[in-house]
Amino acid sequence: MNIVVCVKHVPDSTADRHFEDDLTVDRVGVDGLLSELDEYAVEQALQLKEKAGDDTTVTALCVGPEKAVDAVRKALQMGVDKGVLVSDEAIAGSDYIATSLVLAKAVEKIGAESRVDLVMCGMASTDAAGSVVPAMLAERLGLPQVTMASVVEAQGDQVRIKRDGDAATEVVGATMPLVMSVTDQSGEARYPSFKGIMAAKKKPMATYSLADLGVDPGQVGLSVAWTVVEDATARPPRSAGEIVKDEDGSGATALTEFLAAKKFI
Amino acid sequence: MSEVLVLVDHVDGAVKKPTYELLTIAARLGEPSAVYIGGAEKADAVAGAVSRYGAQKVYVVDDAEIKGYLVAPKAEALQQLVERTSPAAVLLPSSLEGKEVAARLAIKIESGLITDAVDVRAGDGGPVTTQSVFAGSYSVTAKVTRGTPIITVKPNSAAPEEAEGAATVEPVTVTVSDAAKGAQIVASQPRQASGRPELTEAAIVVSGGRGTGGDFQGVEGLADALGAAVGASRAAVDSGWKPHTFQVGQTGKTVSPQLYVANGISGAIQHRAGMQTSKTIVAVNKDDEAPIFELVDFGVVGDLHAVLPAATEQINARK
Ligand SMILES: Cc1cc2nc3c(=O)[nH]c(=O)nc-3n(C[C@H](O)[C@H](O)[C@H](O)COP(=O)(O)OP(=O)(O)OC[C@H]3O[C@@H](n4cnc5c(N)ncnc54)[C@H](O)[C@@H]3O)c2cc1C
Repeated sequence: MNIVVCVKHVPDSTADRHFEDDLTVDRVGVDGLLSELDEYAVEQALQLKEKAGDDTTVTALCVGPEKAVDAVRKALQMGVDKGVLVSDEAIAGSDYIATSLVLAKAVEKIGAESRVDLVMCGMASTDAAGSVVPAMLAERLGLPQVTMASVVEAQGDQVRIKRDGDAATEVVGATMPLVMSVTDQSGEARYPSFKGIMAAKKKPMATYSLADLGVDPGQVGLSVAWTVVEDATARPPRSAGEIVKDEDGSGATALTEFLAAKKFI
Repeated sequence: MSEVLVLVDHVDGAVKKPTYELLTIAARLGEPSAVYIGGAEKADAVAGAVSRYGAQKVYVVDDAEIKGYLVAPKAEALQQLVERTSPAAVLLPSSLEGKEVAARLAIKIESGLITDAVDVRAGDGGPVTTQSVFAGSYSVTAKVTRGTPIITVKPNSAAPEEAEGAATVEPVTVTVSDAAKGAQIVASQPRQASGRPELTEAAIVVSGGRGTGGDFQGVEGLADALGAAVGASRAAVDSGWKPHTFQVGQTGKTVSPQLYVANGISGAIQHRAGMQTSKTIVAVNKDDEAPIFELVDFGVVGDLHAVLPAATEQINARK
């Protein structure tokens, strides 16, 4: 099996995330890391490889600035076999549309030698949180999507997932090749072991430019994005509320008074 | 005036509240047209419902052939409708499926997509959206610059406004490719009705976290006294106290109610991401340094097992 896991490098969500003057997310001035939600996809890819027990290859694929290589490195440390970083100045400021284009072209390049059977993604990035790139990738690659999987099973080229849908819990089946996204319910992601960290240093790591993928730089980046951010403003911090200490039931009374005053009762 | 397509959010023909919010927003941008993809036998009932919120037309796509497949067929159906009607915009609910349908549609019709809008208004060059990002710490306005704006809108982003609409039913025949039938829904377990309002749509949400110790009685009692939905933190879900569908936060539901009451929840960034845009926030927590208190309009430092039942009793006595 040939598995590609898409991994995004994101600003640390516990750090002070902000925007640049051009209203793009500051991806350089803030500590970045592998989007936590992609770790679950890496984990499921590794579990599929372990269960298949054959010559399955798992490649971590990232589109981002040079420092995004850290996300790929983390995936290598967790146990994926190869890393690919697509980095090109022209990509900066790309929206979902352009990002999914670059990812799709990279998957095609990785699959040029042997078909990519599974493209795996996290359920959302921890920065943009759009949850749309997996569906866009499926659309671009002309593949079925089995998305938001909380349980993943594969038998030969048959895949079944459990999806907590909007109105029902569903079992969705499809035949490889396909695009999958997995949720944080799919199972804790492993920590890199010391052995994994050492082994990662020797694993193959390729860096592609847009030219390597045959993507015209005029198709990507901020200036050609199909959406434009007009303004980004920090929300004023919520003004400090009233905090009371409960003593002998005073808390419940104060709470009831507050809710009544606000007409919630 | 151009049409604005609204994908109807429904369960088996029962129209859900976000649809009315979308129609209300659509009326700001043009002439609202509802797109109902579902059982044709429910079309009249759907038309009746959406006519009260200003839908002038109801395009009916019978889903008999496609309901067994995930996402892709709906995107193809919408693509064909967009080609036929050249709308000013397409609005979809920011549900899992709504966002994925929007994503595929955007690629198909080469149009810009904005997800998770919390407000949409008419601007000079088309709709201007507001999004709440980075766990609610930033507010971003944006617009689509290419093609037909496709916008997914979060629940509770507009108060539904009643308006008379003709809601003329137009059956639409769509062709769905075999490629779109690649992901088959082989089993489906509808969510059980809880008797409480739906989490994402509720005006009031009362949530419990690890601090409940697994005893949700106090949380549920208060929820019922207030007519609220019940939510949970991931810690409560991971402990098996509530199913994942109750989870509020980055990897659960995003809620934006009039009132959010967090009980025994510390206020981690991932939880905030799902509730920070609530209008009024209240917390009950025994730790006066819990970060949730940074967000609240009103907080009680105390044991939820004491505070909640007592407050519930007082609230019920007042009603
Ligand atoms: C990738 C990722 C995604 C995540 N997604 C989500 C998400 O979607 N939603 C989410 O909620 N979390 C999410 N988390 C987890 C999040 O980081 C926190 O761990 C979680 O929110 C903590 O839940 P909690 O507040 O219930 O528990 P804790 O942080 O343990 O807080 C419990 C609180 O209860 C209080 N307490 C204890 N006993 C009492 C009592 N008797 N009376 C009153 N107060 C009491 C304590 O003082 C404490 O403040 C995610 C984490 C990661 C890494």
